[in-house]
Amino acid sequence: MAEIKFEEALKKLEKIVEDLEGGDLSLDEALKKYQEGIELSKVCAQRLENTKKKIDVLVKNKKGEFELRPLDEAKIEE
Amino acid sequence: MPNRAASKNEPDLFKNSASLEKPAHIYTVSQITQDIKLILENTFAQIWVEGEVSGLNRIPTGTLFFNLKDSASLLKCVIFFSVAPNIKFELKDGMQVVCGGRVSVYEKDGKYQLYVQSVEPKGMGSLQLALEQLKQKLEKEGLFSPAHKKPIPYLPARIGVVTSLQGAAIKDILKVLDRRFKEVHIMISSVRVQGEGAKEEIAQAIEDFNVFNQGLPAGQRIEVMIVGRGGGSTEDLWAFNEEIVARAIYKSKIPVISAVGHERDWSISDLVADLRAPTPSVAAELVIPKKEDLEDKLTSLTRDLRRSFEELAWDFQERLDGLAHRLGLSMGHTLKLNFNQFEGAIKKLKLLNPAALIRSHQEKIAGLAKAMRVRLSHFLELRESFFAKAVEKLANLSPLNILSRGYSIAFAMPEGKIIKDAALLKAGEMIKTKLHKGEVLSQVREVKTDG
Repeated sequence: MAEIKFEEALKKLEKIVEDLEGGDLSLDEALKKYQEGIELSKVCAQRLENTKKKIDVLVKNKKGEFELRPLDEAKIEE
Repeated sequence: MPNRAASKNEPDLFKNSASLEKPAHIYTVSQITQDIKLILENTFAQIWVEGEVSGLNRIPTGTLFFNLKDSASLLKCVIFFSVAPNIKFELKDGMQVVCGGRVSVYEKDGKYQLYVQSVEPKGMGSLQLALEQLKQKLEKEGLFSPAHKKPIPYLPARIGVVTSLQGAAIKDILKVLDRRFKEVHIMISSVRVQGEGAKEEIAQAIEDFNVFNQGLPAGQRIEVMIVGRGGGSTEDLWAFNEEIVARAIYKSKIPVISAVGHERDWSISDLVADLRAPTPSVAAELVIPKKEDLEDKLTSLTRDLRRSFEELAWDFQERLDGLAHRLGLSMGHTLKLNFNQFEGAIKKLKLLNPAALIRSHQEKIAGLAKAMRVRLSHFLELRESFFAKAVEKLANLSPLNILSRGYSIAFAMPEGKIIKDAALLKAGEMIKTKLHKGEVLSQVREVKTDG
């Protein structure tokens, strides 16, 4: 669950609400989905608060291969 | 050309040649041509001529020959291959233009012509015309077709940016990121965005992102690309009007948002891109959502989740109540759930679930019992008929019954052993014969063993 993308988690949550609203579920299934939904909601809330930005520069090395190097933001601010 | 000599504008040089009787000086063709050339070059060293283009001819080296004409006259013009690339738009017959250059003589043919250094279309700048021409060309090819435009993904996790690290655009984009949702990976390809080499670098960076993306696993690819720069003069923004950039954007598999200059600036890139953002900041805002918006969305989704589950749970509750009622149990009130406390609800629901199970098991048991009863009675019936047959068979086998059909049994006396072999008897011994009714005692007279 920790690795899931925010967007995916949100989409999954939407789908769960849709399923529950459809109402065509056994009690066991509904419970399972509800618990999963609550879990996803927590993950999303946590991501909203704690995610750190990630900025890289795409460069080609001497071999002509692509490399991502972290951006030195101080350079941008000059 | 006798009339020409009378013209007021004739240079002094020709006055002398009017008196042909005593030639003061005889020119060679080359000399006179040289002199004419010098006069023309000195007089028309830097001039502008307006006229209509006709007889345009481009030779393989890239040099252009054409005429400039008006209603009465015609001027031969040449644009050398070294000058031709400076002319941004495509020269065409019939076009009204202003050509700048010098007049000189092509000695070999003895013809004077305008050696063109620059061309401006009449009524608009050459850049505007070039833009107009490229626009028409690309439009004809379908590069602006709405059908080709790819959708911009919602909440992209990875965003490519093609711009200069030294420019204003990247600062603006990063500023937007700082005040918005940060679960996004920004990858920048730094390029020159104006001047020499800019168009090639921009086009290459767009292609590079696409190539780089191919090598990434399916879930980790760049989902959208922002291509642009901050504001500047028309010339500064020109790279984004170049064909090579337009084609790179068109070819890109990654959806492209163009973000060139300010709101009022429109470029060819804007027309080809899948989406045009008026500025780099707006481009970033289009793909990086506001945190508050996401929070609102999450809150409302979580509320929907609880509500929909509540409704579903109430529905189950009602069904359980109905079942409990039918089972004659007065459990209804114990099934009430407090949905403000979900933990309790879940536990209770789990506890209540066996009611349905019990009912189904009871039905199963009843069914089994019925089936068993049917089978048992069938079994008993079978057993009874079998018994009757066995009794009859036993009765048939009884020796008493055999006697009734006329057979008799002889016993040796006094032992009472059944006699099966005459050889065991001797004359004079006593035997008893049992008949269907009664017995007979007899004395053996003679034994015959050969029977």
